Amino acid sequence: MTPDIPFIIIGAVLVALFGIVIGLFLMGFDRIVAARMQARIGPPITQPFTDIRKLFAKENVVPENAIPWMFNLAPVLALASAIVILLYLPIGGFTPILSEGGDLILVMYLLTVPALALVAGGFASGSPYATVGAQREMVTMIAYEFPLAIVIIAIAWKLAAAGIALPFTLASIQANPIWGLVGPLGTIGLLILLVVLLIVTPAELSRIPFDTPEAETELAGGILVEYSGKNLALFSLTQGVKTVAMASLVVALFFPYSLAAFIGLAGISGAVIDILFFIALITLVAFVSVSVVRVSMARFRINQVVSVYWVYLAIAGLTGLLLVMADQIIGVI
Amino acid sequence: MSAEKTKKTVPYTVPIGPVHPALKEPVMFTFGMEGEIVRTVDFAPGQTHRGIEWMGMRRNPVQIVHLTDRVCGICGIVHSISFARAVEQIVGIEVPERADYIRTILHELERIQSHLLWAGVAAHELGFDSLFYLAWRVREESMDLIENLTGNRVNYGIIQVGGVRRDISDEQRPLIEKGLAYYEGLLDQMATLFLEDSTIRMRCRDHGFLSEDDARKLCTVGPSARASGLNMDVRQDYPYCAYGDLDVKAILPPAETGGPRGDVYDRIIVRLLEIGQSVGIIRQCLDAMPAGEILWEPKMAKLLAACKKADGEAIGRVEAPRGECMHYVRMAGKEAPESWKIKASTYSNLMSWIPMLQGEQLADIPIIVASIDPCLSCTDRVTVVRDGKPDILTKEDLTRLSREKTRRLMQ
Repeated sequence: MTPDIPFIIIGAVLVALFGIVIGLFLMGFDRIVAARMQARIGPPITQPFTDIRKLFAKENVVPENAIPWMFNLAPVLALASAIVILLYLPIGGFTPILSEGGDLILVMYLLTVPALALVAGGFASGSPYATVGAQREMVTMIAYEFPLAIVIIAIAWKLAAAGIALPFTLASIQANPIWGLVGPLGTIGLLILLVVLLIVTPAELSRIPFDTPEAETELAGGILVEYSGKNLALFSLTQGVKTVAMASLVVALFFPYSLAAFIGLAGISGAVIDILFFIALITLVAFVSVSVVRVSMARFRINQVVSVYWVYLAIAGLTGLLLVMADQIIGVI
Repeated sequence: MSAEKTKKTVPYTVPIGPVHPALKEPVMFTFGMEGEIVRTVDFAPGQTHRGIEWMGMRRNPVQIVHLTDRVCGICGIVHSISFARAVEQIVGIEVPERADYIRTILHELERIQSHLLWAGVAAHELGFDSLFYLAWRVREESMDLIENLTGNRVNYGIIQVGGVRRDISDEQRPLIEKGLAYYEGLLDQMATLFLEDSTIRMRCRDHGFLSEDDARKLCTVGPSARASGLNMDVRQDYPYCAYGDLDVKAILPPAETGGPRGDVYDRIIVRLLEIGQSVGIIRQCLDAMPAGEILWEPKMAKLLAACKKADGEAIGRVEAPRGECMHYVRMAGKEAPESWKIKASTYSNLMSWIPMLQGEQLADIPIIVASIDPCLSCTDRVTVVRDGKPDILTKEDLTRLSREKTRRLMQ
């Protein structure tokens, strides 16, 4: 069944609003919990909303040696593509709005688009800091793609091996929580994969220790150094929406549970409970993989970022994959 | 200077400064980069010149002591002791023993707060903000103690020519004891946090390398020189204040941690160990502090008259938290000194940046630059302006100028 166009439009607007509001909430939440962990008071949770409102009231400054059309297009592209990811991800137990049109592979590709937009914007700003930042962003992207792909393939492979049709679609992942399909060995494998995905998240979101592209003390903001006003606001919103998207991906892959079904609620109250439960889950994921990691580590050098992902996390991911496979073989025997 | 030459030999240049988040004070760096690797380094200090010496030439020594407090926001005691010692040597003032001990206690408290401040800055440069907040929170204890003893958190105004302006009372002793015990309890924890953290080790071990030979040739001083294995410390080599009575040994990176390697990591080790050493020195001072006067001459008019009569020149040397700091003063029977020259420790350390930074990654620039603990407002004693524009004097210019001056003097 193809959903009709008005439904898609209304749904997309709602999802975009959800992504932006929850994204900003997550940013505020991250700032306040990080502050508390660093023995500071921190800003109120509404701070990102205030910041965005203020940025939208400010003018855009385009540097003299920037390429204006690309410089101005990049933030729009970044935010749009970040919102599109959300349309393919199940939010609060609802079937994704565009579930018919794409699967996990598409999500994986879409995840790189905001980063590519950032890179384009960085190169277009014509500042040495932004150029170095853009180069680093590309390298980081190449670095974390591999472990991310391993995780997604491992899960899809497991679903396929369990005899589920269309293993890459989020609907089937949603319908068959992965933990129920594996034995003890596979559980260990999945736990390793979960950790890998949680460590990929800060790089996807350019947070410490993988914030080398923005590296405040070295590059003064790197890619974003020349951005100001509305363009910077759009990039900030992208950051929030990307946080929601990455957390939702983690939740969709590893915790596709519904609280309403568990306590036996249906209808509107069930939907509300499920959305709240979902928000709690993504907040938890963001807390673990963004806030806790960023307060407990120093920034890596770019070559260290690459070796972390290509060597340590790739090995960890492959081990997880092998454990899941071994579990499947043992299970069959 | 070499900006044009640099452009030809390296693919691109990255300017850092004069104002940049990596720098806590203004200085202009131009890096010739090849990818992420630094090939050439050039820097131009002189961005924060305030003409303090010029102000001093119009004031009497007692007024200048208060000016020296403001040379630097961190090492106020260092500059005022250094200046006061120069004047005391010229005038022939013998500082009362108790005042020497009080000076030493404050000097070491200042070292503790300065090293902790540096530790926080270093953590921030590495992108490790939690440690930055932690170090600065711990630093507050020494700031409170300094405030209690001197009346001010910064710009203490406690040193006077011929002594100190406030005594340490018996009621204040338990407070100092409490502060020392606080730091003794924390030192192990600080060492664990800074030295056993794998990200800090990854970023600092074998980076920002300065060989012992280079350190000697470039006249590096203080913790940066000691981290490269030079056994030098003014407190040990030329004791001043109460240091002659105390047990002070220059701290080198211990062999258990891999001996002096001269990298950023060693500079962290030296500074952390020096915090412990300062605690020990203050303890010794409290035990050995004699009773007595705290000023050579409490009457201002008499003191000023003695200074006015003095004729001669002297150098006051002290070991600042960043290394040796010198004040050269020449008095010639006038109210104001005829000449006053400050050579802050960072002045000696600046050139060590070049071997440290060459071949390192862009990502390491902030921590390597911070690793010598640069204090540029101490350092910037001159800015060359020609035709309304900043200019640079080369070695040839300086040689020519000094020859001209010698000829003038000989006429």
